[in-house]
Order: sequence, then structure tokens, then C-alpha cells
Amino acid sequence: MGNGKDSMTLAHGSGGRLSHELIEGIFRKRFANPILAQGDDAAEFGIQNSEFRMAYTTDSYVIKPLFFPGGDIGKLAVCGTVNDLAMKGAVPLHLSAGFIIEEGFALDRLERIVDSMAAAAREAEVDIVTGDTKVVEKGGCDGLFVNTSGIGLIPPGVAVSGANARPGDAVIVSGTIGDHSVAVMNARHGFGLSGDLASDVAPLAGLVAAMLAVGGIRALRDPTRGGLATALNEIALQSGVRIGIEEQAVPVRPQVRGACEMLGLDPLYAANEGKLVAVVEAGRAEPVLRAMRRHSYGRDAALIGKIEAGPPGVALLTPLGTRRPLLMLEGEALPRIC
Amino acid sequence: MSGLDLEKYRDPALARKLVARIAALATAPASLMEVCGTHTMAISQFGIRGLIPKAVRLLSGPGCPVCVTSLGDIDRMIAIARQPGVVLATFGDMVRVPGSAGSLAAARAAGADVRVVYSALDALRIAVEQPAKQVVFAGVGFETTSPTIAATVIEARDRGVGNFSVYPAFKLVPPALEAILSGGRVGIDGFLLPGHVSAIIGSRPYRFIAEQHGVPCVIAGFEPLDILEAIALLLEQRAGAAGASVQNEYSRSVPEQGNPDALKILEQVFQPVDAMWRAIGTIPRSGLGFRPAFARFDAARLFDIAAAPASEPDGCRCGQVMMGLIQPDQCGHFGKTCTPSDPVGPCMVSSEGACAAWFKYGVTA
Repeated sequence: MGNGKDSMTLAHGSGGRLSHELIEGIFRKRFANPILAQGDDAAEFGIQNSEFRMAYTTDSYVIKPLFFPGGDIGKLAVCGTVNDLAMKGAVPLHLSAGFIIEEGFALDRLERIVDSMAAAAREAEVDIVTGDTKVVEKGGCDGLFVNTSGIGLIPPGVAVSGANARPGDAVIVSGTIGDHSVAVMNARHGFGLSGDLASDVAPLAGLVAAMLAVGGIRALRDPTRGGLATALNEIALQSGVRIGIEEQAVPVRPQVRGACEMLGLDPLYAANEGKLVAVVEAGRAEPVLRAMRRHSYGRDAALIGKIEAGPPGVALLTPLGTRRPLLMLEGEALPRIC
Repeated sequence: MSGLDLEKYRDPALARKLVARIAALATAPASLMEVCGTHTMAISQFGIRGLIPKAVRLLSGPGCPVCVTSLGDIDRMIAIARQPGVVLATFGDMVRVPGSAGSLAAARAAGADVRVVYSALDALRIAVEQPAKQVVFAGVGFETTSPTIAATVIEARDRGVGNFSVYPAFKLVPPALEAILSGGRVGIDGFLLPGHVSAIIGSRPYRFIAEQHGVPCVIAGFEPLDILEAIALLLEQRAGAAGASVQNEYSRSVPEQGNPDALKILEQVFQPVDAMWRAIGTIPRSGLGFRPAFARFDAARLFDIAAAPASEPDGCRCGQVMMGLIQPDQCGHFGKTCTPSDPVGPCMVSSEGACAAWFKYGVTA
């Protein structure tokens, strides 16, 4: 059936199952190499004659609108790459920034975006050390797209990977989920939702450093596109474990839950830009939680479940006490119409 | 923000009490049909089938507006979207529904200007901002959705917007229930009636179900405790001596007379017409068409596109799912050749479709 199988659809970029199939089917098999095969948020590789290892990542940002409550595309572009490095336990060092700008784009808006990138880089203690600018004719892109890449150093003794979860480990989320998605949708579509809806976009390297100082951190993921549900499924697949999550333990701000109810969205699939999910050795869960809650980006950190033995997947305990599978995002997350 | 204390409607202790009440009532097998996609999703999301006795079967009805939109209507919407100078504005759920050859998403990938909007007013705004374009809104939905679209048409008329129209593929809930009951192919012991639709039409249009067919009805909200309470009420009606009636469990949102203002606007713009339901067939007076005074907003008239004969995909059993004849996983395509990212039939596409609910929440019969 001619349902667009021979061309890209927006669902290929949703971060869910189709994105995975695209990466596996087009990119991974052609670029095949052992470092790419790690499948984490950043690639990890050794440095000659050093105990340190390197983390390297890249991401492109095409968000609409460019400015939204809580941030803008510039802050997002710095935080997103910093966070991908942090999810490997790396200390972020240097970033690159590439801009594709549409003819006619207002310079004062560009300045605001670059100011915000500089501020985010200062907060994350990284330098933007190289960059590139391309201008395309009107209609060649939608306003402005940004790509950032980054390198970071993984200290000796730190081994964080989505493949390291073991039965018995605790699962922790660093705070409320869904804030970014709902704030951006509200700004994009003018739903007119009241209440202080703001993106959570934030650099998480400091929070991760505080967690690593306690120890026992096995896996980290920032649940961006595809949300918490997809991030948990990725860890379950990489580690070959079952993850049990208690729905009521997952922190969601009431205004975000209300907006999701109204729009027919599930906060578990909503994107976050300043949150992480961690798999932690059971014995270290409490001290890690305490350390997280002392940090400004981990104040609402919560224990949400644990790693179990069993076929890979995620099981959700609903508020009614029933258990059901929590699957990866399928297709685009869309509001209902009735 | 939501205006509701949701926790109250998800309380596990209250749920256990309701489940015990249901268990005591489930002395004989009962087939209950939920007639709203939002109910279908909630039942699967909260694992309600796992809580109640096996004797109580929950069947999905034709309550997903995207799913019941006919192949011919989808094909015509795609054909309209392909016309030069046309912007086709639609709710997101419609974009990936397969027609007889491709979907709106495929048309968009091939260059058609298909835009996802969140209300008909968004589509009207596009029309005002882009006067050189013909903006056509894909008018899909039940009584919940159609009044806001009628209001948008009135606004377009009052503001003199000449480049805005609506393709009317609206459906009405009560005639579909009549068709299911008079079809007699599935025995139904009770209807879980849609809260949102009922907030507009009230409870009177359902009375024939209880009075003529003797089938219990309960208008229900969408929280787990609403649904459990409604199931208990349906079983109590069946067991009771008073006979079937239409009860309103969702009185916090549904007044008995519905929303007279919304109904007035609806009747001003639209009138009942016979309508084709996907995989089900034509049901008399089960759709809405434009009244003559608003005919210039009727995209079906403005774009006179003949519907080529269309047939459902091979082996797709969405029609039987929507009529309560089979459960989603009894279809051979389910979960194998038909998934939400690569759907064969409409029930797997829509976020309110029964197959999508079963797949997403891992439900099995």
C-alpha cells in the first residue's frame, strides 16, 4: 500500500521505533564500526597513553518555535550536546556550533540565540571552540537550524552505559517529566494553556558529577524525543533486562498532567531536555538520590522502579495495581481530536 | 489546571471496592460495548480488563471518528489536497490513515500542502493569512467536534472569508448504535456511552436503546473509576427488575439536556444526511451535511471529485472490530503486518483506534 514507505515521514524523526529502524536500516549497517555499535547517547573511545577515555557526540536542532518559555534553540543546542556527553559520565570540554540560516532572518534574533548559547556554555563550563555558518535562500530552511557537536573526557573508573543495568538495580528519574514537550507545544500551537508551563532545558553535567561522586551509577539516559518510556526501553534492550516502573512514582507537574489529559498525550512519551534517568546499584540508590536532591536540577528526583530479570522490556504498574507493558513510542505523538 | 482532582478518580482502594461489586454482579457472561475511542484507550491504559472477571467482555464500538471515515472520503480529501493552490488542514490523527491508494502523509511527502492543526479556527487563521490559497478543513468527528467546526464556519461567513471550506465527513453516534442493535449480529448487554459526545447531545437521544431494545446504557467519564462505576451500573441494570434505562455516571460534565447552545450552532450550519461508515456501510441520517445557506463552505461541492470505487486492504478486519464482532488480536494482521508505525487499517492508525490501544498497551484477549 502506498503509505509513504519509499520516502521519509515525520515519524522517522520522532525518536521512537521508526527512528530506530531508520538508523539500523540505513546508517548503522553502512557506517558499521565497533564504536558506533555501542548505541549510547555519545560514542566512547580510548586515548593513547591516557587513562582517560573520550566521549564524542553530535546533534541537530530544528525546533519550532525558536523561542519558547524556559529557553530557545540556542540554549537547547548547547544543553542537548552537553547532556549527551554527561550521559556517558564524561566531563564536557569543547563544543562546535554550525548554523544554517535562512535568508531574511533578523539579526537581532540571531544575536539573542547566540547570547543564550554563550550563557548556557558558561553554565555548563564548556567552550564553543569552532563553528560554521551557511546561509540558504528563502525557503531553503525554516528560519534557523543549529548543529552542535561536543567532546568530553571520561575519568578513569567511570563506566556508564545503557548496557550495564543488572537485576536488582534501582531506577531513578531526576525530576518531573513532560515539561519541555508541553511548554513547546503550547508555544507552537497557541493552545492558550495557563499556568507556568516552561521547558526544563538545562545542562546536566554538574548533576551527573554529583551522582558519580557517590558511585554506583550504571546507566544514564536523557529522555528527550520519545520520552521516558522510550529511554527505558532502550536501556532494557541494551542490557537485556526487564524494567519495572511504578506509574504513580513518576513525578509529573499537575499543570503538565492536566495539559496532557486535555491533549490526549501521555507524559511518559513526552520529550524532556533537562532530565535524566539513571540505573543505580541498589545499595547506592538512597545516597545517590540524596545527592541529586541537593542539586538544583535534581530537586524532584525520585525512585521510580527497579531492574528485574526476565525478557527485555518495560512493565508499568498502573495506579489501579494492574501491570501492563510500556512500549517504545510508535509513530508521532499526536493530540487526540475528540 | 485540569479543573479536576484526577487522583480521586484513580484511587486504588475505591477501585478494589468497585471491582468487588462488579465481581458479585458478574454471575453470567456479559458483553459491554464502549462507544468511544477515549474509553477504549483508558480501558487498555489502566489494564481494566485484567481487573474485572473474565465473564465481563469489553467490546470496542465504532467510536473512533478517524476509523469510521470512509475510504471514499479519505480518497477525496487526498485528491483535494493534491489540487494546486490548496492547503488541506486536518487533525493529526487523519494524516496517516490509509485510503485506497496512499494517505495524506504520502500526499504531503509527494508535495501536497497538508497541515496538521488543532482546531478548525487554526485552519481559518491560515485562510485569513494566505488569501491566495484555498484552505480546506477535513471535517472529521462526532458531535463533540462538529459544533466547534460549525462555529468556525459561522465566523468565516461573518468575517467574509471566501477561501475557507470544510469537507464534511462528520458522524453521529446514536444512529450508529441503532445500526449495531438492529443488525443483530452481536449480542450486547450494555453500552458504555461516550462522555464527551453526551456533554453536547445530553442523554435523550439514547433513550431508544433502553426503551426499544431493552439494552442498559450508562454515560461514563474517562477516568478508571468512572469506567468501573459504569460497568457496575450496567450489570446492576441487567440484574434489576426495573428494566433498562439511560443512567448518567458523568453528571459532573454531562447535563441531561446536553449543551443547547452548541446544538443550536450545529443545527444552524449542518443537517443530518445518510453517511458511509468505513467497513460498515451506509447508515441513514448518521452524518452531517451543509444546509443550503452555507453551501459555499462545502468543500465536497466546491471540489467536485468523483469517488473511484475503493476496496479495503486485503484481510483488514477493522469493520468487524468496530462492530464488536471480533477483538483486535483476532485479526491476522494485528501486531504482525499491522502496527502503529506501519498500519494496514484505520483502527491501528488513530490514537483512539481499538487496535492501536491493544497494541500500545500490550493487551491480549
